Amino acid sequence: MTEITTEKARIGAPSAQPFIDGFTEEGESLSPINAAGAKSPLAGASAKSHSHGGGEGIPDSSRAGRLTSYKLADFKPLTGLEEDWRFTPLKRLRGLHSEVLSGAAPAVSVSGPDAVIVETVGRDDQRIGTAGIPEDRVSANAWENFAEATVVTIPEEFEADSEITVNITGSSADAAAQHLVIVAKKFSKAVVVLNHTGNAVVAENVEIVVEDSANLTVVSLQEWDDAAVHASSQQAKIGRDAKLKHVMVSLGGDLVRVTPSARFTAPGGEAELFGLYFADAGQHLEQRLFVDHAVANCKSNVLYKGALQGRNAHAVWVGDVLIRKEAEGTDTYEANRNLLLTDGARADSVPNLEIETGLIEGAGHASATGRLDDEHLFYLMARGIPENVARRLVVRGFLNEIIQQIKVPALEERLTDAVERELALTEN
Amino acid sequence: MSTLEIKDLHVSIETEQGTKEILKGVSLTIRTGETHAIMGPNGSGKSTLASTIAGHPRYNVTSGSITLDGEDVLEMSVDQRARAGVFLAMQYPVEVPGVSMTNFLRTAKTAIDGEAPKLRTWTKDVKAAMEQLRIDADFAQRNVNEGFSGGEKKRVEILQLELFKPKFAILDETDSGLDVDALKVVSEGVNRAHSEGNMGTLLITHYTRILRYIKPDFVHVFVDGQVVEEGGPELADRLEDEGYDRYAKGAGAAAIAAAPAL
Repeated sequence: MTEITTEKARIGAPSAQPFIDGFTEEGESLSPINAAGAKSPLAGASAKSHSHGGGEGIPDSSRAGRLTSYKLADFKPLTGLEEDWRFTPLKRLRGLHSEVLSGAAPAVSVSGPDAVIVETVGRDDQRIGTAGIPEDRVSANAWENFAEATVVTIPEEFEADSEITVNITGSSADAAAQHLVIVAKKFSKAVVVLNHTGNAVVAENVEIVVEDSANLTVVSLQEWDDAAVHASSQQAKIGRDAKLKHVMVSLGGDLVRVTPSARFTAPGGEAELFGLYFADAGQHLEQRLFVDHAVANCKSNVLYKGALQGRNAHAVWVGDVLIRKEAEGTDTYEANRNLLLTDGARADSVPNLEIETGLIEGAGHASATGRLDDEHLFYLMARGIPENVARRLVVRGFLNEIIQQIKVPALEERLTDAVERELALTEN
Repeated sequence: MSTLEIKDLHVSIETEQGTKEILKGVSLTIRTGETHAIMGPNGSGKSTLASTIAGHPRYNVTSGSITLDGEDVLEMSVDQRARAGVFLAMQYPVEVPGVSMTNFLRTAKTAIDGEAPKLRTWTKDVKAAMEQLRIDADFAQRNVNEGFSGGEKKRVEILQLELFKPKFAILDETDSGLDVDALKVVSEGVNRAHSEGNMGTLLITHYTRILRYIKPDFVHVFVDGQVVEEGGPELADRLEDEGYDRYAKGAGAAAIAAAPAL
């Protein structure tokens, strides 16, 4: 158990005093009138409401200070008021946070090149726990309750010419725990697809080890049946000059909460985190990611795009990027875009950026949530394209930016079709 | 032979200050083979007329009519108007992220013709039209208008004009922001489309420059939402020499002075 309570400078935290006229800790205020002060609307209450981690001296004020532990008992029972659970409807978690996860875990089957090693191992396997420690109560609950784990190893210097597919197929609504470990050995190159389908109530830990100079793409697809509940902590450890591309796609399920994290352990690493989600009426799709720049000269880029339609469709995106004091030369950018296709849908988007050193290449964050642009529709319709076709074109175009990142043609096609099916729902 | 007929058209928009009338009774008849130039100072309502014909939701028609061969255009949705043969080359074409030009052009052509174009001839037609307008071949793979310069966007508008073959083309300040070379290329495109003999053209412009390359049959001067003078091509020459000042001395003086750029 580690608990760090060191005070951190936090972007967005209320600052008592502007250090430079026209600048707050949040960045440029564009006009000296907006500088911190009693009369300033930007630096006062709104700046405070922009940050969600409490204030100075409060443990949760930095992402680095979050409690991590393999033991469920170390995490207090959830009330729903916790920073990292405040958007999640706990009642719909179906006991993942409170019950013993004794149900049968979804079945796992792996296909891919022969050289890839697939093992089913017990809890005492030494590779378990190499990439991460649970950071929340559900993840710790899964850790305490999983019976066996699947370990997929891409051997040293092996370059897979086709993707490795891990089918995770649920067939029970009893709360269960799942554990997967993916190890990309040195200088290897591969694409691993986690394919979540069927019906399940499951808390999952996925450990991803990207060894030195390996190049790994992990695509996590959540195409669950309508009633499924899924909480997945996907923690990656990235070695020297290694590259991870993580693509999260959530389409099906009643409540899906994916928390990917990327931790750099040696210089020269690169992480790209992409996400696509399409929330329909009543669906809760949540994604909280964390990029931990703990060492120098690493690069990260985050882009999550979502479309929402129907009453009480709810998407949550929280992006935490931490640039630690040691992480000089960091280059990072994170962005989230949401498209609200109908009334009654809600998107929460919170980009957080903590910077503890000024010696970086670049750091930025952005978020935008809006409706379909009327001018886009007008332009396409003025060329004779009927409104329903025009809407599809625009939404497909919006989400395509993420699908194009997968680079597995069959999978891209499947996802394009899945997006088309979602869009067809809007018209009914 | 087709006729686009605009009769006593009144159009208003909603602004923060309330309803504002922009067109105050415009009547205009355009037939196949004719080129009409609409000229006028900024804020006179020229672009409002163009957008209203195309059906932009921002503009409310309070009275009057627009008909195409007797069919009520105002009853049609935006896409129906386009399929009926009305084409608006926009003043500020928007970027549509993630939608490739190729996909867009084919989708629009299919919608307008009611059937998918024959793949082989279509690809050839697009390529030839792009070459004539000096548009790089790689634009076909790029997203609609994304990252195009102002001049490139205007050329792509004329590319669509040539490919979609409308009954009536409305060019909303297609000349603005173009250098002379681009203006020539764009004008040639319009003239090519016009010379096929199945199109009427409504050319909206602030300047007389484009009229050196596209010869109008009729010139209408717009001031404060109304046509204040009409004539043949000689009227354009007179405007080139005298500007719009002489109209400002009349009733529209205050309106011209105070008019915001639309």
